[in-house]
Amino acid sequence: MHCRPPPAVQLRTEYKCMPNSSTDSHPAAPLPVADTDVPRPLPASPARTESWQQKAADFLRAAGAVVWKDLSAERRSKELVSAMLVFSLLVVLIFNFALELERSRATLATVVSGVLWVTFIFAGTIGLNRSLAMEKDRGSLDGLLLAPVDRSALYFGKAAGNLLFMGLVEIIILPVLSVLFNLSLINPLLLLVVLLGTLGYAAVGTLLASMAIHSRARDVMLPILLFPVAIPVLVASVKASAAILAAAGWDEIGPWINLLIGYDVIFVAIAFMVFDYIVEE
Amino acid sequence: MIETRSLTKNFGLQRVLRGVDLAVAPGEFVALMGPNGAGKTTLLRILATLARPSFGQARVAGFPLPAGAGEVRRRLGVVSHHPLLYGDLTAEENLLFYARMYGVRQRAQRLNTVLEQVGLAARRRDLVRTFSRGMQQRLAIARAVLHEPEVMLFDEPYTGLDQDASAMLDGVLRDVAARGRTVLMTTHDLARGLALADRMVILSRGVIAHSARRGEIDPATFGQTYASVVN
Repeated sequence: MHCRPPPAVQLRTEYKCMPNSSTDSHPAAPLPVADTDVPRPLPASPARTESWQQKAADFLRAAGAVVWKDLSAERRSKELVSAMLVFSLLVVLIFNFALELERSRATLATVVSGVLWVTFIFAGTIGLNRSLAMEKDRGSLDGLLLAPVDRSALYFGKAAGNLLFMGLVEIIILPVLSVLFNLSLINPLLLLVVLLGTLGYAAVGTLLASMAIHSRARDVMLPILLFPVAIPVLVASVKASAAILAAAGWDEIGPWINLLIGYDVIFVAIAFMVFDYIVEE
Repeated sequence: MIETRSLTKNFGLQRVLRGVDLAVAPGEFVALMGPNGAGKTTLLRILATLARPSFGQARVAGFPLPAGAGEVRRRLGVVSHHPLLYGDLTAEENLLFYARMYGVRQRAQRLNTVLEQVGLAARRRDLVRTFSRGMQQRLAIARAVLHEPEVMLFDEPYTGLDQDASAMLDGVLRDVAARGRTVLMTTHDLARGLALADRMVILSRGVIAHSARRGEIDPATFGQTYASVVN
């Protein structure tokens, strides 16, 4: 124990004694305070000790609450999905007019695969940027950070919301692409690649968007940060999609799907570990 | 309940807090005053676990920061000039969201209680974006007390409120304090601080320059004291 005099500016306060350890995670003994003409204080509650099951339940509850909140707000405002959808439709239309499509199936598969992912990635960037920027602009980001939950639960909630919004746009865009490019895109394996690619992009994008929101040039900053990091998921998604559309064998498709799975696992794990530090002011 | 020792915060080369020593007793209501740029909001953000101190120590509800930030957040309610609410959700949905985040038990009952307390029970199903600034601030207080915190931090809660809304907020703050919560509130309004708080603390240029209990203050001359301290 060490004792110290009260600060010079503080009136009628006794000497205070505190434990030397500043990293003690248990409540300290109440400080002696001379002033007594204050309302009845609430009793201090002890530190909680939780089992891992309780922690996991709290984590899922918090992540679920963030997803529910984002979906509920978007259901009313339609701000994110409508912007992403209109942008995607315009991109698809422009590519349809710009590209020569009277080619072989292999060439068509390559072209459509590129169009598909350029559309998804650019639309996704709009959604990722707005999703966290809206929290920051409205001041509600502090509300999330003040919650007594593992901050990686906030990340998973936001990433899951972004994944759902991107997925919704993709579900609408895929049939449109099929019609415009006269190539069936409703293929279970292609849907798996779309899911894995979108998951990887939303995982890394949510993480980098949470970094970019602190920057004044965040609209520019996110693509600059995100596109280089997302190159592996883009290349793997485009290659796997092209191979699937060209009806190639598993030995050509499999390695790209494995790369996508590896990328997703690595970036979700990285985000879990570093998100707390990224959102700290 | 709140204690800081030699608390210092730098933003780059700029030192915003220069060794703040502050102690707030359990159940005490302290008004923290000071000119713009004095470091009031920075101090509150550190106590709210939203920023880390550069040097020095801080304890809230007995837990050190930043090591005990998670435990502090459980015991802390924060109201700032941003209501920290979602305009596209109803009042009830906003509170339900925060109740889930804070793991509040018996949510429906607790929501009813806090909505009654702030007088918004009749507007519970209205979107928050249709609320006036005063109503949003009342809902922000309902959000902040939802998990029954021991410590409450108010950062300029009167910003943007008209006279009626400010008077209403006075009542809500008195009610919050009467329930035994420890309150630290930043304000520019000397009269309001004197009317509500047990103790007035003046922060100037990143240090606590003056602290006095309400009974020791002459309201007629406090303005002069404040001016002499901050200038």
